[in-house]
Amino acid sequence: MVEERLKAEVRDLNFYYGSVKALKDINLSIAEKKVTALIGPSGCGKTTYLRCFNRMHDLYPHNRYEGEIILNPDGLNIIGPDIDPIEVRMRISMVFQRPNPFPKSIYENVAYGPRVRGVRKRSDLDERVEKSLRGAALWDEVKDRLHDLAFNLSGGQQQRLCIARALATDPEILLFDEPTSALDPIATAKVEELIQELKEEVTILIVTHNMQQAARVSDYTAFMYIGELIEFDKTDKVFTVPSQKLTEDYITGRFG
Amino acid sequence: MNDKTNIHRRIAISKFWDYTFMTIGVLSTLIGFSVLFALMSDLFVNGMSRFTYTFISSYPSRFPEEAGILSPLVGTTLIMLVTAFVSVPLGVGAGIYLEEYAKKNWLTNIIEINITNLAGVPSIIYGLLALGLFVYYFEFGQSILTGGLALALLILPMIIMATREAIRAIPKHIREASYALGATKWQTVRDHIIPYSMGGILTGVIMGLSRAIGETAPIITIGALTFIAFLPTSPVSAEFPYINFNWLFDPFTVMPIQVFNWVSRPQAAFHQNAAAAGVILLAMTLVMNGIAIYIRYKFRKRIKW
Repeated sequence: MVEERLKAEVRDLNFYYGSVKALKDINLSIAEKKVTALIGPSGCGKTTYLRCFNRMHDLYPHNRYEGEIILNPDGLNIIGPDIDPIEVRMRISMVFQRPNPFPKSIYENVAYGPRVRGVRKRSDLDERVEKSLRGAALWDEVKDRLHDLAFNLSGGQQQRLCIARALATDPEILLFDEPTSALDPIATAKVEELIQELKEEVTILIVTHNMQQAARVSDYTAFMYIGELIEFDKTDKVFTVPSQKLTEDYITGRFG
Repeated sequence: MNDKTNIHRRIAISKFWDYTFMTIGVLSTLIGFSVLFALMSDLFVNGMSRFTYTFISSYPSRFPEEAGILSPLVGTTLIMLVTAFVSVPLGVGAGIYLEEYAKKNWLTNIIEINITNLAGVPSIIYGLLALGLFVYYFEFGQSILTGGLALALLILPMIIMATREAIRAIPKHIREASYALGATKWQTVRDHIIPYSMGGILTGVIMGLSRAIGETAPIITIGALTFIAFLPTSPVSAEFPYINFNWLFDPFTVMPIQVFNWVSRPQAAFHQNAAAAGVILLAMTLVMNGIAIYIRYKFRKRIKW
C-alpha cells in the first residue's frame, strides 16, 4: 500500500490502560516525509495510538504496550521495554491538542528543546530559535518581541509557537494531536498550510477529528474504530473508494 | 395574565431570600471585622505611650519605663531564621517528592494522611517532642537551635501541603509538553515544576512562618527564658574565621513570651509594654502576610492556564 520509504513500521501493536485493551493488533506503515492522518470517531483510540509513538503513556501508571513500533533507519523498537522513553522523545516530537506553551518567553519556549539536548552557546540557541520560528511561519510576527511572554500571543500563534518548539529539536517524526481543534478557521488554515510545508523535511503523523482536514493535508489515511485499524490506504482512495463499509459510513457522515 | 402575576410572585420570593442571605453575610463579616478592629485599636491605644526608639533598643527591666524588647526581637528574628532554613528545604523537598516522584500506593496514602494530621497536632505536643529530642537527647540545650527546630517541625506539614497544592495546580499538559521535548524528570522539576509553583510555595512558607512567629506554647515547653538581658553571641567577629554559629546554642526569648511575661505582672505600666509589644508582633505578622499576598499576586500575573 505504501510505496515510499518507510519511516516507521507498527507491528501487532496492542495497548492496555490497566486491564482495558485500548488498541487491538494494529499494523501500519508510516511513509517517510509524508503526512499520515488518523481519523475515527471519539474514543476510537487514535490519540492513544499517537501517544505510543513518543511513549507519553509511560508518564502514567498501569499502562502497557505489546508489539513493536520500528523506527527506521536504525530499527529502534520505540516501545521496547528496554528502550528509554527519553531517547524516543529526543527523536520524535509532539504538538498537542490545545496550545500549551510554557509560561516563559517566546524565545525560552523554543530554546527549551535544544537546552535539554545540551546546547548552551547563545549564538547556537539564537540560530535554532530563529530557524524554528521561521519553519513555523511565526518569525515575522514575533521577531521584535522574542522576550515577551508566550501567553501574550493569540491562540493560533501559540499553537505555531508549539510547532516551532517541537521543530527546534530536529525531530524525525512530528506528531500532531488534533492541532487545530482549539483554533479558529483562519488559524486552522495557517497550521494546515504549515503542515504541507513541513512534510518536505519531516515525517508527520496527525490525529484529526475533521475529515476534510485529513483529506486536505494527508497523503495516507488510517481509519480507526473502537481500538482497531479498519482501513489504511492512500488518502484519495480512502475518501473516494473505501474498501470497508464502516469507513464509507463514517466518511459519508452516517455516524461519528 | 394569571400566569404572569404568578411568575412575579415567585421572583419576589426568590429575591427576598437573596437579600436575606446577603444581609446575614454582611453582618457576619462586620462582626468578625469589628472584633478584630476593636482588639487592634485597644492594643494600640494601650501601648501608644511606649512606641519610642528606646522601647526597641532596650533590654527588659524591672522598671517598666526602661524596659524594651531588644532581646525578644533579636530572639524571634534568629529563631525564624533557623526555622526557615530547616523547614523550607525539607518541606519543599518532601512536597515535590510526594507529588512528582512517589508512586501512588498505600504507603504514600498513609504518609499523606499523616502529614495532614500532623498539621492539626496541638503545638504544645511539638514542644514536648522538642524537649525530649533536642534538649535532652541531642543536648542542644534550651537554645535558639532547639527553638528553631521545634517551630520548623511545627510548620513542616503546612509547607509540605502548600508545596503539593501549588504543584497540583500546574496543568497536566504543561508537564507533558516538557516530557515530550525529551526532558528528564529532574529537568522538568527544575525548569518547570519549581518555577511555576514558586508563588504558591513562597506563600505557604510565609504563612507558616507567620504562624510560627506567634507560637508560645512549644517555646515555653522547651524552657526558653522569660527574662533575658543580653544578646546571643554575634555571628560575625573580627578574627578568623569571621563567621561563627555559637549563637545557635545561646539561650533566648521571643516576642510572645515577653508579652506573656509582662501581662502576668501586677503593675499596670507593664501591661502597656505588653500592649506595645503585642502591636509590634501583630505588625510583623501582618507584614509577612502582606508579602505573601504580594508574591502570590506577582506570580499569578505571569501564569495563565
